[in-house]
Amino acid sequence: MSSKPRIVITGLGLTAPNGNSLPEFRANLLAGKARIAEIEVRHMGKHPAGVCDFDETKWQKRKEIRNGTRVGSISIFCAREALGSSGLDWDKVDKSRVGVYLGITEHGNVETENEIFNISQFGNDTKYWTHHHNPRTVANNPAGEVTMNMGITGPHYTIGAACAAGNAGLIQAAQMLQLGEVDLAFAGGVSESIHTFGIFAGFKNQGALGAHEDPNKASRPFDKNRNGIVISEGGAIYILERLDDALARGAPIIAEIAGWCINSDATDAVLPNPERQAECVQMALKRAGMKPQDIQIVSTHATATALGDIQECTALRAVFAGCPETKVNNTKSFIGHCMGAAGALELAGNIPSFEDNWVHPTINIDELDPECDMPGLVINHPIKVERVNAILNNSFGMLGINSALVVKKYGVA
Amino acid sequence: MKQAPDHMTKETIKQVVLDIISDIAPDEDLSVVKPEVRLRDQLSLDSMDFLDIVMELRKKHGIEVPEADYVQLASLDSCADYLLPKFLAKASK
Repeated sequence: MSSKPRIVITGLGLTAPNGNSLPEFRANLLAGKARIAEIEVRHMGKHPAGVCDFDETKWQKRKEIRNGTRVGSISIFCAREALGSSGLDWDKVDKSRVGVYLGITEHGNVETENEIFNISQFGNDTKYWTHHHNPRTVANNPAGEVTMNMGITGPHYTIGAACAAGNAGLIQAAQMLQLGEVDLAFAGGVSESIHTFGIFAGFKNQGALGAHEDPNKASRPFDKNRNGIVISEGGAIYILERLDDALARGAPIIAEIAGWCINSDATDAVLPNPERQAECVQMALKRAGMKPQDIQIVSTHATATALGDIQECTALRAVFAGCPETKVNNTKSFIGHCMGAAGALELAGNIPSFEDNWVHPTINIDELDPECDMPGLVINHPIKVERVNAILNNSFGMLGINSALVVKKYGVA
Repeated sequence: MKQAPDHMTKETIKQVVLDIISDIAPDEDLSVVKPEVRLRDQLSLDSMDFLDIVMELRKKHGIEVPEADYVQLASLDSCADYLLPKFLAKASK
């Protein structure tokens, strides 16, 4: 990619179940603090879930909140917070040259379920079905809500990529910047999935819904007694720019997007394929001009399913054999699976490592599954390392979509 | 569904409409709404909001407003004139 413009991160806003800013999120990851609630899921009773508590009214009028969607509010909060961290003078930005590219796992389930429930209270008479249904459920909804809130007139759309969506949003933005389609991009991933019972019921009936008497221990990737996914909401939106533009305006450069790959298993709708995952990681490294030993942190996708965790470990062992400096962690153990936001949030949690050289762990491991044992796995306690120059962020999803994103410390060759 | 008050008047109808508007336009100051002035001329309401008013009348009060009559909801006064017979007819059933 040397002939293409270099892409850097110059802003970041997020909401996670355990933090509404990068410093808060990071502090909780280093302190080992999970934050999983127990919520009442329609038709299903109580289940653990990651719930965000950001202030929706910080950036939206109450009418906007009422007419929009939960994921729209998450997106607006993250985008506005990203802008606040970027040093941009928004009034002077050409809004027609700004793009919004948000990864989503799914969209529309929440509103559709709500309306089906609503009309069930009126004898299923569809004259009670809200006229807000279509603008709320079109697939571009969260990105479109951001443009309306911020007056952005450039392109906006979502990238549907199952649980690889957070990486996919960032990759799309980097590509659009390299193509010259936009000069500034808001990109990442978002999710409101805790508000749809269908996701819970689907995972439960698949035998993949996590449970534990202590909700904060329900998400336990790599633990021998893991029993499935904890569903969470959240969002992480980055501002991306071409390096030359960022330097010209004296932007705070958080990190550089070094390389990426998205590929497909083409084997099974739900079972991952470690061979394709390994190929995805290797291609991302190649495009970044790196070797496995150049990566100091691998941020794993592992969701605490029985097979999925083992498959990812198999892929990583194949790529990172003989890389003593490479550490491996997992953020879902703190915040659950934020679905469309997962990849973007998990990367965000690791990015401060470039400055502080700490690697947060994967928590909730009482008994490590021998099949998930990997050199460099950081278990239960953070560790300090000599340097962090490059992070590999894995994010995989159903229908066999794999994504790997390499981000490096800016200014390091 | 709410029961209409026993003694519906034009004033109570106006309050019913204001209560609905306070839900769908929560940022607006409704204490200064002039009953004779078009709602759209004094509040930030769009066509989707008027559809919300129609929907809430249907859901909360069992009152149907046909599309041809939407114009009758222009001001609080016109709402009261138009809706009072409907509320009274419903109360008498």
